[in-house]
This record gives sequence, C-alpha cells and structure tokens, in this order.
Amino acid sequence: MNAPKIPLPELMTSGHLACQGCGATQAMRFALKALGPRTALVLPACCWSVIDGPFPHSSLKVPILHTAFEAAASTASGLKAGLEMRGDTETVVMAWAGDGGTFDIGIQALSGAAERNEDIIYCCYDNEAYMNTGIQRSSSTPIGAWTTTTPGVHWKKRPKKKMIDIMAAHSIPYIATASVAYPNDLIEKFRKAREIKGTRFLHVFAPCPTGWKLAPELSVSMARQAVTSKVFPLVEVTDNGRTWKVWKDFEPTPVKDYIMAQGRFRHLSEEEQRFVAEGIEQNWQYLLSREAGSSFVPGLQH
Amino acid sequence: MKKVIMGNHAVSYGVRASDVRVISAYPITPQTQVVELLSEMCANGELDAKFIAVESEHSALTACVGASAAGSRTFTATSSQGLLLMHEIIHWAVGARLPIVMSNVNRAVGPPWSIWTDQNDSLSQRDTGWLQIYCESNQEVQDTIIQAFKIAETVMLPVMIVLDAFFLSHTFEIVDILEPESVRPFLPPYRPAKKIDVADPHSFGNLASPSEYFELRYMIEKAMEDSREVIKRTDKEFEERFGRGYGVVKPYRCEDADYILVTSGTVASTTRAVVDAMREEGIKIGSLKVRVFRPFPFDEVIATLSKAKRVGVIDRNISFGHHGIFYQEVKSALYGRTDVPVTGFITGLGGRDVTPPVIRTIAEKLIKGTNLEPDINWIGVKI
Repeated sequence: MNAPKIPLPELMTSGHLACQGCGATQAMRFALKALGPRTALVLPACCWSVIDGPFPHSSLKVPILHTAFEAAASTASGLKAGLEMRGDTETVVMAWAGDGGTFDIGIQALSGAAERNEDIIYCCYDNEAYMNTGIQRSSSTPIGAWTTTTPGVHWKKRPKKKMIDIMAAHSIPYIATASVAYPNDLIEKFRKAREIKGTRFLHVFAPCPTGWKLAPELSVSMARQAVTSKVFPLVEVTDNGRTWKVWKDFEPTPVKDYIMAQGRFRHLSEEEQRFVAEGIEQNWQYLLSREAGSSFVPGLQH
Repeated sequence: MKKVIMGNHAVSYGVRASDVRVISAYPITPQTQVVELLSEMCANGELDAKFIAVESEHSALTACVGASAAGSRTFTATSSQGLLLMHEIIHWAVGARLPIVMSNVNRAVGPPWSIWTDQNDSLSQRDTGWLQIYCESNQEVQDTIIQAFKIAETVMLPVMIVLDAFFLSHTFEIVDILEPESVRPFLPPYRPAKKIDVADPHSFGNLASPSEYFELRYMIEKAMEDSREVIKRTDKEFEERFGRGYGVVKPYRCEDADYILVTSGTVASTTRAVVDAMREEGIKIGSLKVRVFRPFPFDEVIATLSKAKRVGVIDRNISFGHHGIFYQEVKSALYGRTDVPVTGFITGLGGRDVTPPVIRTIAEKLIKGTNLEPDINWIGVKI
C-alpha cells in the first residue's frame, strides 16, 4: 500500500490559498494526478472555492465551474450532458464538494444524480465541519467534537452521518473512502473510478488543522491515525452497493491517541472518551458485518 | 404546419424548433405538459437532446447552468413555487452570463395553495437580470421561445418567457408550428466564445474582489441595455422570415386615445375587445400591451402614453406595501417626462376571471375620474 508510485505530472500549482497542512489541498493534488488533464471540475461553495485562487487566477490546470452550495451534483449532471451533446464524451466531470455541501445542503441534488446514475465522479473531501465559514458543525462532524456551534458542554452528541450507507442505498457502481495519508490507495481508487461509467462516489478524509486545533505538520499523521484507530475506515463498495470491502491490514492504534491529539476533542472526560471509542468500535463491527453480508442477493442485476 | 394545440405545447414546439440540446426539468402544475411533450420528443428522436429528469426545480436550473457552461443550448420550464425554489440560480445564471431560456407559467404563490394565474411569481424575479417577455397567444408563445434563444445568445443573458396559467397554458389555439429546418437559418447553432473545455481550461465564477465585481455588474446592465436593439432586430428578422412580429409593446387604437389601459398577458386580448366595444360608443379609448417587461420599454411606453388624458394600469399582481408592479414601472417611466395622470388597478389575483365587464368597470372608473384612489384601486375584491 505504501510503495511510491505517485504520478509526477502536477495539475495543481503553488499559489493556492489554502491554510498550512490543509488536507483538502493534498486530496485535490492526488486526485488530479490520478484523473489526468481531461477532467472538468464543478466546485460548490466550500474551502476550495477560495483555495483555487481569486479571479483571474486559478491554481488548477483543469477547467472549473463554480456553482451554488447545494448544486454540485446537479451542475455536474448538466455539465456532463452539455459536453456530451457537443461531442465531448471523453472528459471526466468531477463534482468536488466539502462535507457541508455533501452531507447537508447538497444531499438532495446528490441523491437525485446518484439515483439517475449520472456519469460523474462525486468527491466529498471531508474536513468534518463548515471550515470555510469558520468551523461550524455539519452532519459529518464526529461525536464529541467542539465546533463554534457545538461549544462547551454542547459538544456534538450525535454521530457522524453514515454517508457511505446512504450512497450504497442508491445502487451506484462505485463507492470508496480514501485518505490523504494513503496517497497510493487514494490514487488507485480515483483511477479505478475513472474507468467506470455511472455515478462514482469518493469520500476523502481531509484533516483541517485550523478547525481541529491541530499543528499543521500533524495533518498527515492524524489522517493516518484516523484510519488505524478505525475512526475513518478505508472501504470500497462495488457491485451496485452490495459488495463491501474493509481494509484491515494495519496495526491498530488507540482512539484516545487520535482524539486527544486534537484541540477539538480535548474537553472530553475519560468517560466521554470511552463513550466515543465505543461508538467507533461499534461502527467498525457494523462495517465488518456489511462486508460479511455482501452480495446477499446473488444474481440480482440491479 | 398548422395545428390546434395548448399553450404549454406551443412552448414545447418552440423548443423543438430551436434545436435545444439539453433539457432539465421538474414537473409542476400548470406547466407539466411543456416538459412531458419535450420528454416524449427526446424519447422518439424528434428532438436530439438529453432530457435530465431532476429531483427539484433548483436542480433543473443548475443542470441548465452546467450544460450551458459546457456550450450546449439549454431549456427548462417551471411555474410559481418552482420558480421561487430556483431563485438563487436565477441570479446565478445571470452572473455566469449563460443564455438559458426558461418558460414560466404564471401561477399564484401559496399559501393558500392556488394553481391559477397571477404574476407575482415571475415579477418577484424582476431584479435578477433575466429578460422577461409576457405572451398572450399560443402562436406568440412558440415564436417568442425561438426568438428568445437568438436574443439570449447575442447578449449572453438568460430569457424568461411568461404565459398565464390555464388562460394560455391550457387553452387550445391554432398555431403555425415551425420546423427546425426552417428555423436553423434564423437561429444557427450555439457557439459560445468561452466554455468549459479541457483544451482551454478556465475557472468560471471564482472569487472576485471589490475591484472586479462592480465592473461585472456594470457589464450585465450594459448587456441588458444592448438587448433593447437586439430584441427589435430579432423580432424584425423573424417577421421577415415567418410573417409574424410582435414588437416590444403593442399599442391598440392609441393614436387619438384620451384614455389608455396598460395591460400584459392574456388580459391584453380581453382589453382590446372592450376597447373596440367602447369605441363603438364613441369613447376615445385605447390599450397598450407591455410584452417585453425586462428590459423595460421606456421609449415606447412614454411615446404611447404621453398624449393621453389619463392612463390606467391593470395589474394581476401586487407588491405588498407598494403598488401594482406594472403600475410602478409605468409611473416611474413617465415621471419627469410627462404629467399624464396614471392610476393603478389591481384585479384577477389567484386566477379570478378578468372578464370584459371587469375591464369595462376599470375603464369607466378611469374615464369618470372621481372616487379614484391615487395608486391602488382594487377591482372585484369582496371585502
């Protein structure tokens, strides 16, 4: 999983406007390395609306269509149709949205596009809150986390929305989670997605040192610990939502080490930390049961 | 080929004749037949377009934004609540300078639920930068859709074609249906200067600072002003080719009129019948239909109305806390240019019939000139 095979050509340049240690920026760099220059991006309101750079500059060498917050999937559907109708069937259209634009405000358009099985890649880069507006909770914010709208004793009491389950329920051909700490795996998944027709959903874990109250240089190691502590498992769902594969080939690390390294969890008592860790273990067991129960309707074509 | 068709299908035939490539739509009464027929045309190959059956009007218009940015000709249709759900993207399409054409069937806004006509839905979008054209016959609807694409693609602004619920959308009339082959010389394929293209990558719509945004808004207004000439030129060319022109306004028996009623939509036809009847009685009355509402036809409205003794504006809409919206617009156009008195009449909200007797009541009140409220006269309200 860690052999160096990252393509050299860069489609992202310096001069972008991201914070230090930004996971979303690493995610874009790797994703474009995998997809190549025949890619057109749709960007709803998110950190990347800013990271790209102000008019007339752009830090990306691919075309970008900015769109409204809730409109990534619908704009991408239209863009793909428009390109095809003028004879361009090659260009990969990728909607690139944050967790707010995916889990919350954009979920309707995403559900619509997935149900229609639009021929687009939809990537959610997940930094687990509304970071562009200054750290407000989203339905992707994990249980236990502080944000400016889950302050003090009102730290988030509800678990992160199960987005992969929601997408799997749409019977789309390819769903995967990936992490900026595992670039080879991430690139392989985007490459795989590129070759598949229909709606492909990629969920990329992208640490936000600013919002997580984390030193920027710890961004990648925190993303790695999210995987090894089972906080953010690497999962692939194929066969139109029926075959689940969970990556287990790692040395597990304690959840406590992951959460207590981040300022956003530091208010949690020992008991609350155990409560969070239990939830994470339960979710892991749930994923294993999905994996075990894969393809439970053999021969079903839809 | 002449056929007896409903107003909604006149929209569909206009879209077919315009070689639209991407249609994205969501059903809403009373426009649903527009997209039903288009969907059928796409399915049977009569129209070489992709039909995206989206999950909301918001997505309908955003899909048009995507398709138009890719360089394809796009269309959507909606009404009332659907138009209001699109509101954010109505603005977006203008800022993105995309020549999307949309038909809106005027339907009253809830609550209470109403499926019948009034103009508050489309008029609530007046400040967004869309061109708005109000139609009164099915033939005009089909022809205006075709004209709209040419206008939109010339000035790079979206155009909204508006028709009354039921009085037009569901009323059957004879329409001379135009075929794409005969329309192509008039409306060549859409070829934008810039589009989403991997061979020429650009970032569209990214962050603009105060040192750029202002100029971009100025350019939208400049395009809106330029559209005045484009609309007239397009209408003239259409008339030369197909024998039908509509003008930005339609004055009727106004040359020597002491009293003029300003109207829009299907009320315009009814008003002309009342004008004829009253002329028979020797009353010097005329009517002015405002067809193009944005850009507002200042010159034509001023030229037609300034010779009258008194002007009445019939509004099937209301700007709460102000007046009828066409009344505001007409009054503001005339202010400082002529001192002809203008009076506002509000009637027909939520699809209440605006019959010849209703219009006659308005005309008689205007002529009598006594007991008139200066700005809002409610006609037919039962409270």
